[in-house]
Amino acid sequence: MTTAEYRAQEGTVDPGRLAERARPQIVERGLPRRPGGWLQWLTTTDHKKIGILYLVATFMFFVVGGVEALMMRLQLGAAQNTIMDGTTYNGLVSLHGTTMIFLFVVPVLAGFGNYLVPLMIGARDMAFPRLNALSFWLFVFGGIVFYMSLFFTPPEAGWTSYTPLSDDAFLPSGGVDAWIFLVHLTGLSSLLGAINFVATIHNMRAKGMGLGRIPLFVWTILVYSYLLIIALPSIAAAATMLLTDRHFGTAFFDPTAGGDPLLWQHLFWFFGHPEVYIMILPAFGIISEVLPVFARKPIFGYKAIAGATAAIAFYALLVWAHHMFTTPTATVVLAFFMLSSFVVAIPTGIKIFNWLATLWRGTIVFRTPLYFAAALPALFVIGGISGVQLAVFPVDWQLHDTYFVVAHLHYVLFGGSVFGIFAGLYYWFPKMTGRLLSEGIGKLSFWVMFVGFNLTFLVQHSAGLSGMPRRIYWYPEDAGWEAFNLISTIGSFMLGIGVMITLVNVGLSLRKGKRAGNDPWKGNTLEWFTQSPPPENNFDVIPRVRSVEPMKDIRREILEREGRPAGSVAQPMASRAS
Amino acid sequence: MPLWRAAWLSFTLVGTLALSGCGQQSTLDPHSEPARQIETLWWVMLVGSVIAFGGACYLLVIAWRRPERTGLPVVGDSPRAIEATVAVFGIAIPVVALIALFVYSNVSVIQATEPPAPEETAMTIEVTGSQWWWQVRYPGTPAITANEIHIPVNTRVNIVTEAEDVIHSFWIPQLNRKVDSLPGKPNRVEIFADEPGRYLGSCAEFCGVQHAQMDVAVYADTPERFRAWLDNQARPRPTPPTPLARKGEQVFLSKQCASCHTIRGTSARGEVGPDLTHLKSRETLGALTIPNRKGYLAGWVIDPQTMKEGTKMPALDITGPELQALVEYLERLR
Repeated sequence: MTTAEYRAQEGTVDPGRLAERARPQIVERGLPRRPGGWLQWLTTTDHKKIGILYLVATFMFFVVGGVEALMMRLQLGAAQNTIMDGTTYNGLVSLHGTTMIFLFVVPVLAGFGNYLVPLMIGARDMAFPRLNALSFWLFVFGGIVFYMSLFFTPPEAGWTSYTPLSDDAFLPSGGVDAWIFLVHLTGLSSLLGAINFVATIHNMRAKGMGLGRIPLFVWTILVYSYLLIIALPSIAAAATMLLTDRHFGTAFFDPTAGGDPLLWQHLFWFFGHPEVYIMILPAFGIISEVLPVFARKPIFGYKAIAGATAAIAFYALLVWAHHMFTTPTATVVLAFFMLSSFVVAIPTGIKIFNWLATLWRGTIVFRTPLYFAAALPALFVIGGISGVQLAVFPVDWQLHDTYFVVAHLHYVLFGGSVFGIFAGLYYWFPKMTGRLLSEGIGKLSFWVMFVGFNLTFLVQHSAGLSGMPRRIYWYPEDAGWEAFNLISTIGSFMLGIGVMITLVNVGLSLRKGKRAGNDPWKGNTLEWFTQSPPPENNFDVIPRVRSVEPMKDIRREILEREGRPAGSVAQPMASRAS
Repeated sequence: MPLWRAAWLSFTLVGTLALSGCGQQSTLDPHSEPARQIETLWWVMLVGSVIAFGGACYLLVIAWRRPERTGLPVVGDSPRAIEATVAVFGIAIPVVALIALFVYSNVSVIQATEPPAPEETAMTIEVTGSQWWWQVRYPGTPAITANEIHIPVNTRVNIVTEAEDVIHSFWIPQLNRKVDSLPGKPNRVEIFADEPGRYLGSCAEFCGVQHAQMDVAVYADTPERFRAWLDNQARPRPTPPTPLARKGEQVFLSKQCASCHTIRGTSARGEVGPDLTHLKSRETLGALTIPNRKGYLAGWVIDPQTMKEGTKMPALDITGPELQALVEYLERLR
């Protein structure tokens, strides 16, 4: 078939006629010559290559941020420890938090989104491919600028950079400036990326794919993008004001000259809290894709999950001051933010129930992506419940800025986001590389991570309840926190080993992994319609979409053509060994 | 499946640890009505949380292990019943529970924890956070001390807290909630201790290099002992009793000490560092970093940076005999 022929057919092909040809036929023709070798990675505007660049770069930052965490855990493993001094520890605190949020979780989701959104909606690329490349490189340079501060002074004000501590009067060195430029560069990157996602998802869907039929992962990326567009200007403005305070004599946040340090907290958390949902919603999207595929039944409550996602995003914009309950605040304000934070729990609970119902009575195929995806609801429930507890302001008055909060946020961001990201990695790796990750190593990695994670963070609730503040590099022997911290340190190294096992798995499987074929999991969404890895133009023919699970329709059509009963599609693809 | 066993094991393990390992700064070992109210609220929520978490995990385990199972436990198999169950447990019960929690916190707990009006309490103490120590003033008396707050037992005390430089947070977990100490914005909290003793607290807002060693202690004494203590604190420094101590005072006034520290009764009027008028009446130095004993004190004077990294006190250039006299003098400031 020539290019002209398939162009003519594009969008007009229904699954029935596709089935006549039986298998997708992909021919790359008429494409301009691209530079080869490593140069193609620097110059590429292909959403899949950019997606892979994002994934590789963000996982490198993940490892760096993880090593920083382990160094901190080493210091805290014993009371009155002297492995490092306070300056070093505070630097690590700031580097770890900033790296994980700005350089890992947010951009890694952009990476998955980049790779998958066009494939899942049946597009050939993002709406603005060059803008897409710009997003990626801004992110990389943001990370580089930030880490260059290691060569002079790393920032020491934490990832929140609260004023006046982050003012030049208290931290005159360039570390905080490096942080500001990181916020600007990665913020610009995310903003451009978000605009690109919005344009792509609204305009480039396959024929028949109404907004009510887009895959839930795409839906969460859409909500993620809108949230970024709404929240980022606030931090960009705040960081700019901090920059002028530090260098050009303004006093937005300087109380000695009439400024207000609480203004920073409002501006920061107006971004910072939606950021939490920016980091968790696409992870929810990932498991909303993974669970139905491995339970071999449709997602329970597609519309409820989509609606809950939008509702969470809306309420995410109304809860920021629950980070500020210990500042002097009127009771009515406390009550408002307590209530708005409670409201978030309702759509979140709906999602949890929908995932459980999706697994319920499924024909469960026990593969690694499902392990990570099924662990997410359990772990996230712990983080969500402790979130409700912290939203109750009298309790927050005790537990604010203690290790209880550290435990809470890691249950949300590691137990939620990172387990979701790992589910996505195991699920889509075959599509990206054409090879399956090893199941044995994958499950080993899961168990080591799961046990290590809980060992690390469950006891931190207790440390917080026993009065241990966050961000301390040292604690006295008689404080009674040593047992908690020792358990936590042991757990953190286990968690680190678990993550390394997956990275080794990736390294081994890239060369030696089993060939995946186009559709190793019998997926529901269009990315499984094309080759693994997909060709540069993604699809020769874009099928017409007739339901939220277009691949099921296509498989059924094919089987019917071949004269087998449609029901056989639903057969489990592997034995139920766990 | 070891997943659930491991999860359950670690969960119970933590429960046990939380119950047993209280420590001296535990929020679960309250010594005042507000702290007790918050503790009760926390236990109520923990029970609710365990039920919610247990329920979710139970359903997940059944879904995972017994996919052949038809219908929900008790509810049965009909789709309408299942939908109703999801609506009840997923929406109705959480909404009711959250509303109950909201009312309980806002009506009951806040009554107890709200900072009292200044005229309602027997006394007010001003606590000012600086990098990295707390100044403590007793308004109406000249008494000023640092890091160690004395209060009479069974008395409501109004703490008014502010910060000198960056944001700190004043927190004695066993006596009440924490409040942020902000520059230029006074914040208030009531503290109360139901039995004599020493109650520890930490700065709870990240404030720089020594955030870890910015501790504070509250000593709840009998009213008589408290009165005696306060009367002593209000007096100027005791006159140096020995010639060596008198020489020490000269050293103090002639070296840079006096530019940062006040010793009432002398010409030393510095306001950067802690008031040293009754230095020896305190148990610790450097915001509870080291014990207030002769050797530590001498070490602190000649090399504070080794004792507490980052402290704003510079090392003194001082000869051996001068140090001996100075320490003798400071040791007499009771």
